[in-house]
Amino acid sequence: MIDLVAAVKAPEIDYQGLAPVFATAGGSIVVLIAGLFPGRGVQRVLLPLLAAAALVVAIVFSVVNWEPGDSAPIIEGALAIDTLALFMSLIFFVTGLVAIVLSLRWESVEDAGAGEYLSMLLASIAGMVLLAGAENLVTLFVGLELLSIPLYVLCASAVRDRLSLESGLKYLVIGSAGSATLLYGLAFVYGATGSTDFDGIANAIGERVGAGDPLLLTGVALAAVGLAFKASVAPFHQWTPDVYQGAPTPITAFMAVATKAAAFAILLRLFAHAFPELQDDWAPALAALATITIVIGNVGAIGQRSLKRLLAWSGVAQAGYLLTGVVVGTQLGVQATAFYLVAYLAMNVAAFAVVIARERVSEHGDDLESIRDLGRAAPLLAWPMTIAMLALAGFPTTAGFIGKFYLIDAAVSGDYAWLGIVIVLGSAISLVYYLRVIAVMWMDRLEVKLPTIPPRYVRPVSGWSPEADPRALPEITAIALLAAAATIALGIVPSPLFDAVRDVGTSFASSI
Amino acid sequence: MLTIHLSIVVFLPLAAALLAAFLPARIGRWVVVAGAIGVLGYAIALIADFDRDAAGLQYVTDEAWISELGIRYQLGIDGLNLFLVGLTALLWVPATIWSAWRETDRQHLFLFHMALAETAVLGAFVAQDLALFVFFFDLMLVPFYFLIGGWGIGPRVAATTKFVIYTLVGSLLMLAGAVALGVLTASESGNDLTFSIAELAQNPLPEGTQHWIFLLFALAFLVKAPAFPFHGWVVDTYRATPTPVLVVLSAVLSKVGVYGFLRIVLPTMPDAAVYFQDLILVVAVFSVLYGSVLAFSQVEPRLVLAYSSIAQLGFITLGIFAIDDLGAQGAVMQMVNHGLVVAALLFVIALLTARAGGAPTLEQMGGMALRAPVLAALFLVITLATLAMPGSPNFVGEILILFGALGDKLVFGLVASVGVALAAVYAIRLFQRSMHNRVGPGAETHELGGLDLLAIAPLVAVIVALGVYPQAILDRTEEATTAQIARAVEVSGKTAERQASKPASASGTESHSGGSETESHPEVSEIR
Repeated sequence: MIDLVAAVKAPEIDYQGLAPVFATAGGSIVVLIAGLFPGRGVQRVLLPLLAAAALVVAIVFSVVNWEPGDSAPIIEGALAIDTLALFMSLIFFVTGLVAIVLSLRWESVEDAGAGEYLSMLLASIAGMVLLAGAENLVTLFVGLELLSIPLYVLCASAVRDRLSLESGLKYLVIGSAGSATLLYGLAFVYGATGSTDFDGIANAIGERVGAGDPLLLTGVALAAVGLAFKASVAPFHQWTPDVYQGAPTPITAFMAVATKAAAFAILLRLFAHAFPELQDDWAPALAALATITIVIGNVGAIGQRSLKRLLAWSGVAQAGYLLTGVVVGTQLGVQATAFYLVAYLAMNVAAFAVVIARERVSEHGDDLESIRDLGRAAPLLAWPMTIAMLALAGFPTTAGFIGKFYLIDAAVSGDYAWLGIVIVLGSAISLVYYLRVIAVMWMDRLEVKLPTIPPRYVRPVSGWSPEADPRALPEITAIALLAAAATIALGIVPSPLFDAVRDVGTSFASSI
Repeated sequence: MLTIHLSIVVFLPLAAALLAAFLPARIGRWVVVAGAIGVLGYAIALIADFDRDAAGLQYVTDEAWISELGIRYQLGIDGLNLFLVGLTALLWVPATIWSAWRETDRQHLFLFHMALAETAVLGAFVAQDLALFVFFFDLMLVPFYFLIGGWGIGPRVAATTKFVIYTLVGSLLMLAGAVALGVLTASESGNDLTFSIAELAQNPLPEGTQHWIFLLFALAFLVKAPAFPFHGWVVDTYRATPTPVLVVLSAVLSKVGVYGFLRIVLPTMPDAAVYFQDLILVVAVFSVLYGSVLAFSQVEPRLVLAYSSIAQLGFITLGIFAIDDLGAQGAVMQMVNHGLVVAALLFVIALLTARAGGAPTLEQMGGMALRAPVLAALFLVITLATLAMPGSPNFVGEILILFGALGDKLVFGLVASVGVALAAVYAIRLFQRSMHNRVGPGAETHELGGLDLLAIAPLVAVIVALGVYPQAILDRTEEATTAQIARAVEVSGKTAERQASKPASASGTESHSGGSETESHPEVSEIR
């Protein structure tokens, strides 16, 4: 017996490489246990601090581990800690920190239990880190489920709000369908290639299995569909508006940014690393999906008067833009996607922070009505929202402009110039709703015609008086201002971000 | 030569406005006005100091901005943009003063947007990098969106949304076109990715590729101009825009589009420009006729100007796409003229409207000349300039354009010259209805105020000065405009014909090296 155990070679574990995963997963457990202690001090101060500390540790280790160039995957080739994974991880951690701050002093968190709430958040982030680094079909699936299951719960965490419960259930059902599709596809891929490693799959294609193998292609298609669910790529986006609207807004912000980034991280890695041989098959299909997504997302957003739904639809459209970077399958594409995701982080956080600030004090909830005349009433909130909208629409001096420029650059260089034109046409449609938001804030007391869906009146979630000004929510205003400042700063001085982005994707440069 | 940093010129208004944002409104407006006047000072220095004989750009600033995308922060002045910068600087001063000393809601915000707009327009004029040009071109829309939507008249939000969507659809397509131009040129020539206009012009793309990129650019510039089938935003915007904003919008913003043709399209896509020459000329001539005809059937003075602007910009486009030295020079001249004239007219109309009790139609006006002779005299000078009376700068501009067009594109030139006649009709009608006739029902007639005089008189002085001495512009622009269109002229084979028809020319033996040598044309000498 002793001999048998001795014969098993223990895998070598790179503790430093795994540190971000340990920090988030371990943080999740610590926060859960600490949450058992009652008391306002623990629940309101200690737990958020612990959760934030875990994320800060993870950020520190991600920065320390940053090493451009080729890096071998760890844990027997199951998990990459290359620059793409680390870059995306940093996006998750920052978004997580933002979500923690945005959830402070919020009644529903206390209803749900701050320990559980924050623990779920950290667990979901751990899943994202695994997903972004997955070099193996099994890691991919484990990461995806670890990401998704806590999110289903978090969406339903405003337990007194029926919409929130509905949102959680809807996300659970549709998310499971997506996961099942993905799993089915992964199984097909494994069946065709006989390998779960991305490297092994790439090597098998063309050797052991032909590039036109129907089993393989079916597997690729199903996997793409499964991931499209997560990235809310049309026509698999239908859950997005309902779930985004019903979920607590800090969670919506988290999902909008981090989940999307995670989905794109694995899309980039999977297609560029495991299926580079098949690019002629999947690239046109993804290009078609991108076009559909851009059109549907932008057209869908036009009729919305709930800001969260509007941002959800706009998120669908933005997913279409991002997909361009995957379609071209070049290093430039990877870099453009990474750049745009950071821009996307800044602009969405600014917008969602303002939505939260208004939602807590206004009887109109997240309706457009809640930001009417905000330019006079609270310029400190109106400016971040304005900047976010201009950036999402792609106006210059914002990160959104440079990001789109980069994506179009990648598209044209990758012989998909027409996709670049689709992007700009989509942006043109998007002006209708982005500009309407700005008009409601700055231009008018009565004139802007809102869509005719009746507004949803809700009780202010947190019990502040409606006349409360942004100074009553200093942390949320601060987040909005910071994110808006980042949006502008990256639009004027993008070089630091370019320097970081240049390293991203260098680890599998050889395969693309 | 003086050392003038163009960055200071471009960003001075914005810096002043940002500073003013932290000062009380009473002091802040002085700071913003000082910023605009400072830019004007710089512009005058530029014009005085400009070396008219030197080829190429002057006062160049050239820094790497986003090296990963090959975007450079490259600014420069040549004969092409010198006077457009001057026009911008000149018009922003009265526009800013006009609004700084009138009762304005949220004044500091208004002045901030005005200043941001000036920075963006100046940036677009001096940018020598295509990506930087697109950057400023799109940025321009942001302040105008707020200015029209926040301080406009009537259904302003609808108007501003329409305006921005119309123009931004064009400029977004241009963004795609610009990226494609840069990237495809880089892959074609094997050089590093660059958007520098001069370098793009060195390595033109194959003709087929030029065609679709040309169409993207043309759409953006024709919408901005506005030209005939793309002018849907014009009427609502002219109605809704507050006067000082409309002054700069109509006088300066409309020039950015046609300027883009000369600066970017003709040098970098000469084959496509020649290929689509007739198409654009048809658009231009239609704009002239359509604009002129509609201009004399309008009852709102602002709409007279809206349609006359379509006609004038059509005329300028005609000059550019005549692909002829004289035409291009006339186009640049006419850009400045139209800017000056339309700005002065808009100020006058704002005064007339105020005197007619706020009514925007011609029926409510009339008979004002009697009691306001100074106003009437100034208005008359402007009107005569509008209808291109000999002795006005517009006469020189239009005649040059027509000479340019009559050379090869005789039919287009002849049809367009009908537009010149029509201009007389709408300009005189506008003057007569508002100044003579019976006194309008609610009209008060009194003389100009001091502030109003300050806004209008300098413009009229510049118009008269240019009428007396148009060489001030022509001398300085000739070199640059000839160089800009040289390649397109070469493609259209016009130089060959012309040199063949001029055996006396000394340059007959050497092969034309892309127009770097300046020729003096007999027609120009006649005007001189």
